[in-house]
Amino acid sequence: MSAAEGTAAQLLEVEGLVTRYPIARGLYGALRRQPKLTVQAVNGVSFSIGAGEMVALVGESGCGKTSTAQTVIRMVASEAGSIRFRGTEIGALGARELRPLRREIQIIYQDPYESLDPRFTVRDTIEEPIRVHGLVDSSAAREAKVHEAMERAGLTPPELFIDRYPHELSGGQRQRVAIAAALVLEPKLLIADEPVSMLDVSVRAGILALLDGLRKDGMGVLMITHDLSTAAHFADRIAVMYLGRIVEEGPAKQVVRNPQHPYTKALISVVPRRDPDQQTVPQILQGETPNPIRMPSGCHFHPRCPVAEARCKEIDPELREVEGVDPGHRAACILLGAL
Amino acid sequence: MSSREPVIRVEDLHVWFELPGGGELHAVQGVTFELREGERMGLVGESGCGKTTTILAIMGLLPATASVSGKVILDGEDILVGGEDTISPHRWNDISMVFQGAMNAFNPVKKIGEQIAEPMELHGLASGKAARAQVRELLELVGISGDRADRYPHEFSGGMRQRAAIAMALACSPKVLLADEPTTALDVMVQAQILELLVRLSTTLGKELGLTVILVTHDLPVVAQVCDRAAVMYAGEIVEMGGMSTIYHDPRHPYTRMLFAATPDLLGDDEVISIPGAPPRLDRELVGCPFRPRCDSAFEPCATVHPRRLEPMPGHQALCHLNDSAMTEAAS
Repeated sequence: MSAAEGTAAQLLEVEGLVTRYPIARGLYGALRRQPKLTVQAVNGVSFSIGAGEMVALVGESGCGKTSTAQTVIRMVASEAGSIRFRGTEIGALGARELRPLRREIQIIYQDPYESLDPRFTVRDTIEEPIRVHGLVDSSAAREAKVHEAMERAGLTPPELFIDRYPHELSGGQRQRVAIAAALVLEPKLLIADEPVSMLDVSVRAGILALLDGLRKDGMGVLMITHDLSTAAHFADRIAVMYLGRIVEEGPAKQVVRNPQHPYTKALISVVPRRDPDQQTVPQILQGETPNPIRMPSGCHFHPRCPVAEARCKEIDPELREVEGVDPGHRAACILLGAL
Repeated sequence: MSSREPVIRVEDLHVWFELPGGGELHAVQGVTFELREGERMGLVGESGCGKTTTILAIMGLLPATASVSGKVILDGEDILVGGEDTISPHRWNDISMVFQGAMNAFNPVKKIGEQIAEPMELHGLASGKAARAQVRELLELVGISGDRADRYPHEFSGGMRQRAAIAMALACSPKVLLADEPTTALDVMVQAQILELLVRLSTTLGKELGLTVILVTHDLPVVAQVCDRAAVMYAGEIVEMGGMSTIYHDPRHPYTRMLFAATPDLLGDDEVISIPGAPPRLDRELVGCPFRPRCDSAFEPCATVHPRRLEPMPGHQALCHLNDSAMTEAAS
């Protein structure tokens, strides 16, 4: 959604984001003065998230979903582009100026078995961010905040869990602890990087419902996932990434029901349906995503695209509105409408 | 399916693990099923319900702390009866397995082709030139160019390594393939390629007829799209088993219904609902139905009486009092 049509002020606006990682040449390569190579992890990504909105960034491994999120929270430096959070450009802020903003953008990770310190009790884990940010002085106030965050994260009653160690908790409970530790800082934006992919099916829905509840309470949520079914169910909008670019973006249900980009169409066609009688006709793309060190020319998808034409090798398509489809549904393909 | 004899029949399989602090964990509790040639069955359920233990028991690959009882019948012969002595002639030759994470288990300093040839050489089926020729054929069968036999694992992508792992499992031309979470770490596009391969192998295997496949996964949509039948495991038991379509449209165990309801569908609009609670510990005697504390339809007998295995429809089994008119009538 562009800023012009945004109703409320956007929480996060990302424009033309570029992130590159250098590749080690090795001693031999350096001595031979081989050119320095880089991986273009994020290659001109633009999107925005409003308060109370959940945007899902979907795509295959290596498409740049996580790099995008890490660049947004300034864990990784961007090469170009702008990141505006509540109207303030944060892409160039120094560490000191960033600090108060870090409170407002929190991230939770895929693996709650790895992301929690095994020697920290639930209390220690949730309390740590308060201490780091020096938010509350009295221990009573701190304890109250921890309890409140635990209740919001569905760890109720808090007394039951607060003195436990991670190994005494199930996967779903661990992920709730990670969420509580993020909520205790009262962030405006929550980034959830594959929040349920390590969890059992039976508990996934609970965690996703929790994120959905936070969204309804006005939080912005950026969910990174490879699971289109989850994205279609819980997100307001879906952005599909391929090789560092957003190739399609729009209202979640529209994107999965009426995909426009040939890549999205193929991706949707291979998602297994729950009903065995609804046999899908998978449109299997051959090969795997190309190496992002040597980006294909023109449209990055053309070497695997089933409908590519000669000019797709030359023209690098921009995201544009699809005519006759819902407003706010955009795709980056020169053949749009003709497909 | 025709009335041909089953290829494999598992009868009243039990597995106990000795616990370090004393006591036992009853991980698999009377699993029984049979499969015909070319059938694909999904074994589904939450982590810790006994899926992997079941297939490791069939392969005779459980650690020494496990004790196993029951039968695994192949061609009329119980291969479990003499322990390792009776299992080993059949392992890889008749039943083989693609292990969870197999694609990351290749030896990084050995060529892929050599590793695929290893089971053939160990089982004395082929060696040298003949083995190399067969490796090429196997690689082509799973959709990899035969020339890549001389490559090392790091030169393969994840999806190709998984194909190579399947090729290795097929090295001794087995009749039954046990695949443990074969697509779990893969992207959807690569997953679709691997699933297509499994379906193709079970429909035709070279010139011969199909491979029988047991697909262990927690991913219900994968099973729904790939398998003819599904067996749902809970707390070490198969609580429901039947044709895929009936399992989905007319489940006879609340656990099956609740598992599907917890799984989002790409185009579905229904609310996705998690299952409260967690599976029970299996290191103590369970009274009544093990699913009762989490069940949304439990009634009086569930607390005290373990449900009988009933066949509410031909070829469809469930382990739930709701199918037992004696129980439902007594309760009402």
